[in-house]
Amino acid sequence: MAVIAVPWDDKQTGAVHRICTATGLRVDLAAQRLIIANAVAAVVFLAIGGLFALLIALTRWQTIHLLPAIWFYRSITAHGFDMLVAWIVFFEVAGLYFGSTVLLNARLVKPRLGWIAFALMLLGALMVNGIVLAGKADVMFTAYVPLKAHPLFYLGLVLFAVGALIAVGLFFATIVIAKVERRYQGSLPLVVYGLVTAGVLATYTLISGALTFVPALFWSLGWQASFDPGYYRNLFWSFGHPAQQVNLAAMVAIWYSLAAITTGASPLNEKFSRLAFILYLLFINLGSVHHLLVDPGLSFTYKALNTSYAMYLAVLGSLMHAFSIPAAIEVSLRRRGYTQGLLGWLRKAPWREPGFSALVISMFLFGWMGGVTGVTIGTEQLNMAIHNTLRVPGHFHATVVSGTTLAFMGMTYYLIPLIFRRELRLKRLASWQPYVFGAGMSLVTIGMIASGIQGVSRRHWDITFTQAVFPASIPGTVQLTLAIFAIGALIAIAGGMMYIAVVLSSILSRRVHEPKAATLVIGPVDMTPHEHDEEDKRLQPKGTFVLVLAFLLFFATYYFANWWLLGNQSWIVR
Amino acid sequence: MFSPQRIWWKPLGRLERSWLIIAFVWCLFLTAMMPIWYFLGRQNVPTTSYRVTPQQFSQLTTDFIAQYKVDEEKGIPVVAPPPGDIYLIGRAWEWTPILKLKKGETYRLHLSSLDFQHGFSLQPANLNFMAIPGYDYVITLTPTQSGEYSIVCNEYCFVGHHLMVGKLIVTE
Ligand code: HEM
Ligand SMILES: [Cu+2]
Ligand SMILES: [Cu+2]
Repeated sequence: MAVIAVPWDDKQTGAVHRICTATGLRVDLAAQRLIIANAVAAVVFLAIGGLFALLIALTRWQTIHLLPAIWFYRSITAHGFDMLVAWIVFFEVAGLYFGSTVLLNARLVKPRLGWIAFALMLLGALMVNGIVLAGKADVMFTAYVPLKAHPLFYLGLVLFAVGALIAVGLFFATIVIAKVERRYQGSLPLVVYGLVTAGVLATYTLISGALTFVPALFWSLGWQASFDPGYYRNLFWSFGHPAQQVNLAAMVAIWYSLAAITTGASPLNEKFSRLAFILYLLFINLGSVHHLLVDPGLSFTYKALNTSYAMYLAVLGSLMHAFSIPAAIEVSLRRRGYTQGLLGWLRKAPWREPGFSALVISMFLFGWMGGVTGVTIGTEQLNMAIHNTLRVPGHFHATVVSGTTLAFMGMTYYLIPLIFRRELRLKRLASWQPYVFGAGMSLVTIGMIASGIQGVSRRHWDITFTQAVFPASIPGTVQLTLAIFAIGALIAIAGGMMYIAVVLSSILSRRVHEPKAATLVIGPVDMTPHEHDEEDKRLQPKGTFVLVLAFLLFFATYYFANWWLLGNQSWIVR
Repeated sequence: MFSPQRIWWKPLGRLERSWLIIAFVWCLFLTAMMPIWYFLGRQNVPTTSYRVTPQQFSQLTTDFIAQYKVDEEKGIPVVAPPPGDIYLIGRAWEWTPILKLKKGETYRLHLSSLDFQHGFSLQPANLNFMAIPGYDYVITLTPTQSGEYSIVCNEYCFVGHHLMVGKLIVTE
């Protein structure tokens, strides 16, 4: 080993660290071990969830219709949990440890608690998988009461949530101690600031999760006589929706890091970007209600106020990041002399660097597909034509899959040299991976959305209704759109396997490798923050401005098309 | 990635400011669209609902069926009620009764479930509402096109979910 572990200057803490050869950052070895454990667990659950994805995608492709009904529902339950909860949260925990120690030059306080959190999460996740596969919890991960699962299902969820809560607590404690011990100077870096946003949201989310699943556990054990299904839905989504916002905040933080690593970009205006995170913090929880828009028992005012995050203020936060990140990249590339025309910088961008392509594809699919469809679905009246159709999974496979998952995949490639200290193997495969995954996922979302517009429902085994009492009037073009979805699914799964191949072959290699640069394919990039010069005309993010205007045009078109569909094709209803 | 310079509280650039204003105006517009449609649009999410026990709802529907039954199809009663209150039960895994409505007339559809949560998805009109046990959801609707419609259950309601399809007929 080339690097000597240096004892921390403060003998009392007993922490040991090394200095990263590429970035000069200090890496606390206890934190490093926890980051590795959580990241590996994440990838394992991604692989398991991916296997279920293959099975259910081949079942929804009506021509193949692979699984029997019961295994289809069972597999969706497992897929939803393993992907949305296990893969995402394990990776986020790794990210929180990374942000609070490495980026702050700090030590992880109480690593032992980190291991307890890890064990609880792992146990919970295994418990849920076991009981689902045993056929005792065919309830979907939403487990809408009065569908009842085996108590171990709820217990697993509670254990997982408690573990995650401990990890989040540890993250905050580490940041506070870092400040007290003066490990860093000045304000928190923006990336850590974003992670703090995610952490605050996660605390709220996990507490709501406990409030949902602890009573559900008691109810399933027979200790509690009944559980009102309407209340359950409200409670569940005050956990389920903010959980997506945790993912959003974590993803945006990773976008900023990938932009810095691959192009040396630093935010044009810290105030602007931080304000956007604060908007998330204040308004995003209201969004829970857009899962309840066609439920009985709630008034128009309650629904409209909440679903719009007060006044779409959380959406405003995303629109701000949607400008500020590409603008930072543009200015950074223009600074290097790529000042030709409006979009000359884009042509010169490092498209072969996996972190860069992952960042761009993730941002593009998240915004253009996920964001636009999300706001549309979450509009009170429009939801009537969308609720529980395939348009809903179409939307979130653009957000949490094409967006968050791809950003996390891109970030992994950099954690491998910096944290695992292994050389990234199969670099060619890694360079192609974001494109393959992104292309597949685009077809998946387009196919799902197009099927949903024609009325195909989500979580449905057989839309030809061969065994049902009556045939249903589903148009024939559905076969085509479902085939588009399924072919996309196969491509996306290939992209997922490429990712797993790169990760496994790199981390399983035994040779420790000390990186010389943070980048993988291109040469080293200067990452020190630079002052933005307002005066220099050539350094203005004009290209980005045009891109966001084009985005807004697309957004408005899609949005109004949906009002047109509702107004023209539906019955009169009030 | 790294800590910013000491003083980062700076005025926004010209393009940043312009985008912020454009984006905010768009957000205000998105917000306004819902109340505007609420007052002017012809399709709005129903907001009337009552508490009801499954037993009560089952009784109401049984009485309703007894009064207006005209036929039976595959064991499910067909009813042809006059405009006004009509009832629809969702239960694992059927929708009952089959409603026969008249185009252009207005009905108050009472929707509830006797067991799990179900999803009322009227196809091909593509209108979707939740049927939740314990809640009587009142949907005031006027069919605009005659024909045969199906009611697909689009909320997962355990292993027979895909068997749950009902029928609704609109006559001229
Ligand atoms: C390789 C790519 C993937 C494919 C082909 C895929 C495919 C699918 C399919 C076919 C469904 C069922 C749709 C339905 O009938 O309702 C589904 C549901 C879902 N997927 Fe994926 N998926 C993929 C990756 C992911 C990832 C990475 C995540 C999360 C990070 C994810 C989260 C979910 C969730 C939350 C559901 C909803 C489950 C439910 O309705 O209970 N998927 N996916
Ligand atoms: Cu049902
Ligand atoms: Cu169902």
